[in-house]
Amino acid sequence: MQSHDLTGSLHNHPFLKDMDQELISTLTSCASNVVFLEGRYLFHEGEDAKTFYLLRAGRVALEAGASERGQIRIQTLGPGEVLGWSWLIAPYRWHFDAYAVEQVHAFAIDATCLREKSETDWHFGYEMLRRFSEVLERRLEATRLQLLDVYGTSRGEKSEKF
Amino acid sequence: MTETLIEAEEKVADPLLPTFAFIKRVIWETDDTFTLFVDSPAINGRLFSFRPGQFNMVYAFGSGESAISISSDPSRPSVIAHTIHKVGTVTTSLSSLRRGDMIGIRGPFGAGWPIDRAVGKDVCIVTGGIGIAPLRPAIYSLIKRRAEFGRIIILYGARSPLDLLYRVELEAWSKVPNVEVIVTVDRGDSSWKGHIGVVTNLFSYVKVESQDTIAMVCGPEIMMKFTVEELQRRGFENDQIFLSLERNMKCGIGLCGHCQLGPKFICKDGPVFQLSDVSHLLEKKEV
Repeated sequence: MQSHDLTGSLHNHPFLKDMDQELISTLTSCASNVVFLEGRYLFHEGEDAKTFYLLRAGRVALEAGASERGQIRIQTLGPGEVLGWSWLIAPYRWHFDAYAVEQVHAFAIDATCLREKSETDWHFGYEMLRRFSEVLERRLEATRLQLLDVYGTSRGEKSEKF
Repeated sequence: MTETLIEAEEKVADPLLPTFAFIKRVIWETDDTFTLFVDSPAINGRLFSFRPGQFNMVYAFGSGESAISISSDPSRPSVIAHTIHKVGTVTTSLSSLRRGDMIGIRGPFGAGWPIDRAVGKDVCIVTGGIGIAPLRPAIYSLIKRRAEFGRIIILYGARSPLDLLYRVELEAWSKVPNVEVIVTVDRGDSSWKGHIGVVTNLFSYVKVESQDTIAMVCGPEIMMKFTVEELQRRGFENDQIFLSLERNMKCGIGLCGHCQLGPKFICKDGPVFQLSDVSHLLEKKEV
């Protein structure tokens, strides 16, 4: 894909909604198109977090290995979402495995390139960090809700409506 | 003896007296949730009828009464269904009943979902756990009158794949033109190919525009709170969002006060409320 095509495609990704064209161009210089076949891993726990992904199609499951219970699926991510933020925080290693439940099309963003550009262009760096903070806030909120186990059975006398 | 009792109760229209109904069928939806189908009881010679979102007080003889939403198709009132989570004394007692057994029913009570108000609009249904039960009659009605509505979006979350209710219906609804059904579970394993994560995450995968859309939400209150925030983030006003609330309902007609929530009685004024009427009361047990 040509660079200007990539810029146009990136512009349509929800994560980059309303981002200045100039900043998208900066990001484009770190971006490439990738495809992962169903059943392949995008990355594994403990590996260097060299890339993050803006998902365009397909679904990725984040998994944690628990020896006696096998792979536990924690969350799935799909089109329009961001996969991976370990590239932001030292020591830049993945905390989970990422498994392609379906064939995945994504923009891969080179994290080393992005960190370098963020250091030299603070406006760009701030904009990326602001957008990632929103993602992290939403993920934290969702994780808290997940931890509440809201559909769990509360034994004992209570209203039994529904 | 039974005939005598039925004859006697048919002469009475007292909302505090149960009508007898016979169980026609029991379906276990999951390990702890089942649907009781009963032959629709005639009340004073009139066939039982209800609006989507209404509930009955269901009486298990020897155990007591519990408020249970009606989960069947309102256009087929000859058999009514209650999907029940086995969670307390009454529901455990109901779970032991079989075809031919008798229960008591009072109802239907309460305000239902705003189906007519949604005519000409898109409908976004967000539900979690057994909260899908009171919404199933609404979905049946929307689909039956499909041409009168815009898009119908159904977002449903459950604890795990084994806890998903109405799998057959979900599959069938997803095949209806312009109906989008997206399901997620909080916990999944590698055999589950669908979404994993809370129901609010599903908003990432569907275009929900607030303009000309009515949202109907039912599930645990904490889930509804997060869903409301998500809808508001997308521009929904409080008068576009409808919730079904749960409190400790007893009489069903706003007399006893057990389900009072500020100036509202859940049993009589609800259980379905417009958010603008109850937003300040959410997550309060009593006011």
